[in-house]
Amino acid sequence: MTLALDRRTANLDALESEAIHIFREVAGEFDRPVILFSGGKDSTVLLHLALKAFWPAPVPFALLHVDTGHNFPEVIDFRDRVVGKHGLRLLVAHVQDWIDDGRLTERPDGTRNPLQTVPLLDTIAENKFDAVFGGGRRDEERARAKERIFSLRNAFGQWEPKRQRPELWNLYNGRHRPGEHVRVFPLSNWTELDVWNYIAREKIELPDIYYAHEREVYLRDGMWLAEGPWGGPRDGETLERRTIRYRTVGDGSCTGAVDSDARTIEDVIAEVAASRLTERGATRADDRLSEAAMEDRKREGYF
Amino acid sequence: MPNLLRLATAGSVDDGKSTLIGRLLFDSKTIFADQLAAIERASRDRGEDYPNLALLTDGLRAEREQGITIDVAYRYFATPRRKFIIADTPGHIQYTRNMVTGASTADLALILLDARNAIADQSRRHAFLATLLGIPHLVVCVNKMDLVGWSRDRFEEIREEFRRFSMKLAVPDLTFVPVSALHGDNIVHRSASMPWYEGTSLLHHLEEVHISSDRNLIDARFPVQYVIRHKDFRGYAGTVAGGVFKPGDEVLVLPSGFTTTVSAIWGPGGRPVTEAFPPQAVTLRLADDLDVGRGDLICRPNNRPHVGQDVDAMVCWLTERGNLSPDAKYTVVNTTRTTKAVVTSLDYRMDITTLHRDETAESLALNEIGRVKLRTQQPLLFDAYRRNRACGSFILVDETTNNTVAAGMITGPSQSVVWHSTAVGRAERGSTGCTVWLTGLSASGKSTIAVELERRLVAAGRPAYLLDGDNLRHGLNADLGFSAADRAENVRRVGEVARLFADAGLVAVVSLISPYQADRDRVRAAHEQAGLGFFEVFVDTPIETCEARDPKGMYARARAGEITGFTGVDDPYEPPVAPELVLRPEQGDPARMAALVIAALDRMPLPRMD
Repeated sequence: MTLALDRRTANLDALESEAIHIFREVAGEFDRPVILFSGGKDSTVLLHLALKAFWPAPVPFALLHVDTGHNFPEVIDFRDRVVGKHGLRLLVAHVQDWIDDGRLTERPDGTRNPLQTVPLLDTIAENKFDAVFGGGRRDEERARAKERIFSLRNAFGQWEPKRQRPELWNLYNGRHRPGEHVRVFPLSNWTELDVWNYIAREKIELPDIYYAHEREVYLRDGMWLAEGPWGGPRDGETLERRTIRYRTVGDGSCTGAVDSDARTIEDVIAEVAASRLTERGATRADDRLSEAAMEDRKREGYF
Repeated sequence: MPNLLRLATAGSVDDGKSTLIGRLLFDSKTIFADQLAAIERASRDRGEDYPNLALLTDGLRAEREQGITIDVAYRYFATPRRKFIIADTPGHIQYTRNMVTGASTADLALILLDARNAIADQSRRHAFLATLLGIPHLVVCVNKMDLVGWSRDRFEEIREEFRRFSMKLAVPDLTFVPVSALHGDNIVHRSASMPWYEGTSLLHHLEEVHISSDRNLIDARFPVQYVIRHKDFRGYAGTVAGGVFKPGDEVLVLPSGFTTTVSAIWGPGGRPVTEAFPPQAVTLRLADDLDVGRGDLICRPNNRPHVGQDVDAMVCWLTERGNLSPDAKYTVVNTTRTTKAVVTSLDYRMDITTLHRDETAESLALNEIGRVKLRTQQPLLFDAYRRNRACGSFILVDETTNNTVAAGMITGPSQSVVWHSTAVGRAERGSTGCTVWLTGLSASGKSTIAVELERRLVAAGRPAYLLDGDNLRHGLNADLGFSAADRAENVRRVGEVARLFADAGLVAVVSLISPYQADRDRVRAAHEQAGLGFFEVFVDTPIETCEARDPKGMYARARAGEITGFTGVDDPYEPPVAPELVLRPEQGDPARMAALVIAALDRMPLPRMD
């Protein structure tokens, strides 16, 4: 067991060093970087790594959250608590503002996840952010498997898979024209299990909803959805109280929970290690739309 | 941090590479149920009877439409022993760019051959690129063994064909595994259909291959990435690119040339570190307040990288928009240093299939590889790529498009050929040379000791150069065979080269079977006549041990009568009568033996300088 733990740690050390190298590279080469921070586990790990990369100095970047207005209140509380604790600067782009002034219209199905792209790109442009850190991992989805660590977005914020730059050794090319920006993914080489092992090793606090708790939920498309401002059960769907947890945390309208008794980090690791479903496959309705769902959204400028 | 193995896979469309990776993920239970369900659905849609494991790795829509892979895709899987990152690259010649990208960070390259066919040009290119990119371990999977009736003869035939070809390359570690990716034979579990195969399964090999010693722990290199300032704190952040740093070490800052001491080292988040080595990201504090910034490099005063504006390098051209041509200007990025560079000449273009060098080439197009000379605006702080991948690699960036247009591997500082005039006396040269001559049977361990010896001498600031008998037979002695006369000529030539090197002030480290006493004595006499030290080391490994090791399968072939005149089998080896040193296996590993040679060398009286 000790040996297995050492091995696990050796792997995490290598991943941690790689991520920190990436943070420092961006700090050395860009003028206005920003970290996308939602309070979810990947962005919390991202922030933790940034804090470690620049110790003892504060993180030299601002944080940005695109709030759909359909977020879990526990996560928003957590987000604000973390920001306050580390004395960070957080910008929030509210999707509601874009709907209110007509730049966006609500979708008939009520989900706001696809609506995040426009506020994100508008905010990046307004603030002239040139490097945008995201918590994306290549193991999440097939289209992400080809994503670079430094991923250039054109002046429309779009990703062009055929025009990606070759990325060699640890020599990252972040050069861009005015108006373009670079998405940076320090967790590219991490898997879901790596993230959880790292959370355990570093004792990183997360929103409670990642751990098993009781909640009123209803079943749709094989996922447990919670009732909220985004809607609730339709005909034939009934609310029931179950012990569940969330594997990913996104817009409440399309983020499903899984049945789980994993109340501690160790329980979660055991559950993830034994799981036969990817986290997105299990809990994200938005990725199920079509075989190329994620690729299409990425081209448009999604995270 | 060795428990992460990065591997690059390459193969042509029909070799079954995607199937092999899919099989590796499937049999090691890394494929998730939803992914498998999606593949089964897609396979049915395409009218296929069984889940097409290749669909797991063919990511982008265009690829699915064309049925090919068009970019580097990264895959992850883990076993209780190791985590693996697969850089999966397509095999087409037009995607050399992607193979180079995937190979740049790899510890191991996996090459697939189709057991039914002769070795494809593509596979030769992949092997060449793997060695060019300095990947230390090469695993050749001979796939589709089921279609050749699990034939041992066929496997061995292909293995020999590949070995003959790979002799032209410097492959440090080469392994062959017969597999059937479709049926899973020898992928995760040993195959029941090939009882004659005595090696391990592919996965087992990947779990066990020793990679921690691939890192350069000799040459301390710390490219400064970012300066962390906070109140009165000032620390230099970066990733260790070579060697080991400890608090208290005396260090040299380049290019300024100031020396100071490391007063503290912190890991991520301020954890104190007693030893920092590659690839750790750390922060150094220096005892003196110096002007150090991004792009500077911290090393040890007695072991510094090259500092120069003129470098020779192999480059791979990565873009279809424009060619590399002499006089073109680029931005060059080497470690954390960025400056401008001009290509002063294109020495040759390499045909990566035939390894032919075209010296008349005037430009490099997409996917072409050649050797160039670069002149940079600011000096680069570099090592040769083969010695240190982190300090010897660079990219060229086009200044108008901002695209990465070339990957470069520095071979060394550019030098015009200078013939030392005899007016320079030996005492005026920086160091005193001599020759260390390692003789012994094939597979006795000579070359391994010699490599370690060269590395240690150079690390200690003593110029040294390895003359390896096998390697010299590719160039200087390519025209010689293995008859007694040819062997004598082989020894004479190597002896002459060693003598010249020793005269130039280097320690010439020779690794050569050199079976006959008379030939070795002639080399010794030539050295003595020139007033140069000749240090004969007999690597006295018993033939049973050599034969058990047999890394190239030569003893087996000699015993089977396939080759004749093989030293120790049907040709005599004459042990040295009075060697300066004898090394036997019980004295320790190659590193220990190299240390013994250096200790003995230090005790030897220096030749007279007059």
